[in-house]
Amino acid sequence: MHIVVCIKQVPDSAQIRVHPVTNTIMRQGVPTIINPYDLFALEEALRLRDRLGGTVTVLTMGPPMAEDSLRKALGIGADRGVLLTDRFFAGSDTLATSYALSQAILKIGETWGVPEVVFTGKQTIDGDTAQVGPGIARRLGLQQLTYVSGISEVDLAGKSITVSRRAEGGVQELKTALPALITMLEGSNEVRRGSIVDVLRGARAELVTWNAQAAGITEMGNCGLRGSPTVVKRVFAPKARATKAVPIETRERDAETIAEDIIAQLYATQPALEAELLRTAAGY
Amino acid sequence: MATAPTPAAPSRAGMKKELPERFKSYKHVWVFIEYEHGEIHPVSLELLGEGRKLANKLGVELAGVLLGGNRAALQEAALQVWEHDADLVYICADPVLEHYRNEPYTKVMTDLVNTYQPEIFLLGATVLGRDLAGAVATTLLTGLTADCTELAIDDEGSLAATRPTFGGSLLCTIHTLNFRPQMATIRPRVMAMPPSAPGKRGRIIEHAAGLHEIDIITKVLRFLPDRDSNKAQLAYADIVVAGGMGLRSPENLQLVRALASVLGGEWGGSRPLVQKGWMDADRQIGQTGKTIRPKVYIAAGISGAIQHRVGVEGADTIIAINTDRNAPIFDFAHFAVVGNAIEILPALTDAFRKRLSVNRLAG
Ligand SMILES: Cc1cc2nc3c(=O)[nH]c(=O)nc-3n(C[C@H](O)[C@H](O)[C@H](O)COP(=O)(O)OP(=O)(O)OC[C@H]3O[C@@H](n4cnc5c(N)ncnc54)[C@H](O)[C@@H]3O)c2cc1C
Ligand SMILES: Nc1ncnc2c1ncn2[C@@H]1O[C@H](COP(=O)(O)O)[C@@H](O)[C@H]1O
Repeated sequence: MHIVVCIKQVPDSAQIRVHPVTNTIMRQGVPTIINPYDLFALEEALRLRDRLGGTVTVLTMGPPMAEDSLRKALGIGADRGVLLTDRFFAGSDTLATSYALSQAILKIGETWGVPEVVFTGKQTIDGDTAQVGPGIARRLGLQQLTYVSGISEVDLAGKSITVSRRAEGGVQELKTALPALITMLEGSNEVRRGSIVDVLRGARAELVTWNAQAAGITEMGNCGLRGSPTVVKRVFAPKARATKAVPIETRERDAETIAEDIIAQLYATQPALEAELLRTAAGY
Repeated sequence: MATAPTPAAPSRAGMKKELPERFKSYKHVWVFIEYEHGEIHPVSLELLGEGRKLANKLGVELAGVLLGGNRAALQEAALQVWEHDADLVYICADPVLEHYRNEPYTKVMTDLVNTYQPEIFLLGATVLGRDLAGAVATTLLTGLTADCTELAIDDEGSLAATRPTFGGSLLCTIHTLNFRPQMATIRPRVMAMPPSAPGKRGRIIEHAAGLHEIDIITKVLRFLPDRDSNKAQLAYADIVVAGGMGLRSPENLQLVRALASVLGGEWGGSRPLVQKGWMDADRQIGQTGKTIRPKVYIAAGISGAIQHRVGVEGADTIIAINTDRNAPIFDFAHFAVVGNAIEILPALTDAFRKRLSVNRLAG
């Protein structure tokens, strides 16, 4: 079977700093990583391939340096990497991103066989919208399976797939037809470490690099800023709270005294609270 | 190449509103009413509160949209939507819509939008809402802003949707200037629950789904409800006690649980606790976990990183216990307890237990 996994290279946001004066992100020296949620998608794709045979193609849209993320994915075990890169894609919102990626997936299908499953992560840590997966599914007319926590059955001959999906208040078991788009829930598998062979292969592999034209994109108006209905008008830092925290004295006091002080201050701020707590407690 | 909005993109900031003729008839504010297992998700009622403000500002109507399998049940649910100040409820009842599935819900929603043409469409950023919103927005080829924390109407009458970006380090305000509807999702508990007006009524418009089960490819084989129904309560608990890495060992989480239990509240923690396997992911509080809005939030051994802060800022009173007087949590807490959580938590639990058990004896 052929599986496509969409991965995004993102700044390691644990290390992001905001410039205190200009309110811009200080990107210098911030390492980039594969969006952590996408690794669960990659792992699930590799498991399907290992079980059923076939190949895994990883696809990323980004600046030329995003090829690092493809090499890392090959190092973990993917078979082929496609980098979609073009200045026309700059400034894409989720609608434009899903357009470019879906066109590239069509091209991947023409070139190496139509994928039965397209995976994305649950969401990215920089965009954090969880919209690109559903966007791709709609644009390609794929069955949309979001927040999937496990794949219990794939029937390639019968073209069907059965998955568990995190829903509100429980887990849905869904059966649908292939091809399907799956957004994988985090923590639903344990991401493997690549073998030395794969890591070396990833470092040396020939990647496929497509610009818009090579990916068969002709509607440039659907790409980048022009293809993005949303407009960012303002970027600003969160406001600090106006009043400072009231300190509760702790020095040279034992824990009991501190506790009593906390409760007294809390009840003073929320006069109705004591009665409510008593009512709740009485209800037990 | 950002699906993340890129700060300092001058070409974007310069974009003007030139609404195409075909969108000028789009009017009114809609809220998707998430209705499952016989209940309206509270986030939908929270959004009616926000939607009311937007509708008033624009001088238009507020409508709720209710989809489901059983007509009588939806009509019953519509009462609650009216009581939360909707002028109008769109109802689409069809057996095909009994359990949420993306395909039929997307079809019906896009159909409704194309027919009745709202200018603003809000959905809860729940797993259901996010699944639906992405598909509907792409089908309509309109803009969708995820996980907004603030909604307003700008001078030109456009929706200004503010959301955190780059892990909450910054906020950005996003507009969908030239497409309609302007769509946005908002997480549960980010907006306050508006008061309801019992007995208030409005209009209903019924819409036929025109769908047949045989055409729907995805089938729900089973639904397994979550066993620990308490877990779902975290977001809506009045009292939340949470622990962070300052607890130093998974055993000390018991101190957090004990206090929560005495207070009849819920417990949770910061993200590293999930990563270390000390607790389940659905107890995580913060940007990538739950947003909470309790009356009292007690944070023990939590530094207060921005990703944690955005999930708890809506609390009425935040009490932070931290050994480091310079911990960022003291920048947004209401009470600062500079001290050892491992000692203070048990003392607090005992003190509350004594005070609260008196009443129990008294009946
Ligand atoms: C994309 C992304 C998303 C994230 N999402 C979330 C999220 O949703 N929720 C979340 O919580 N985090 C999230 N984080 C992580 C966040 O950045 C912080 O790393 C995390 O919140 C820190 O957890 P902590 O405060 O428990 O641990 P630490 O930062 O290690 O802080 C421990 C604190 O305990 C104090 N302490 C130590 N000993 C004691 C003691 N005996 N008594 C009292 N205090 C003590 C220390 O002074 C310190 O302030 C996210 C990060 C990223 C990059
Ligand atoms: N530029 C991109 N290139 C490849 N995949 C992407 C890109 N942006 C988003 N995705 C995929 O879409 C998922 C959801 O992204 P988002 O909507 O930004 O939260 C991610 O987990 C990726 O799998």
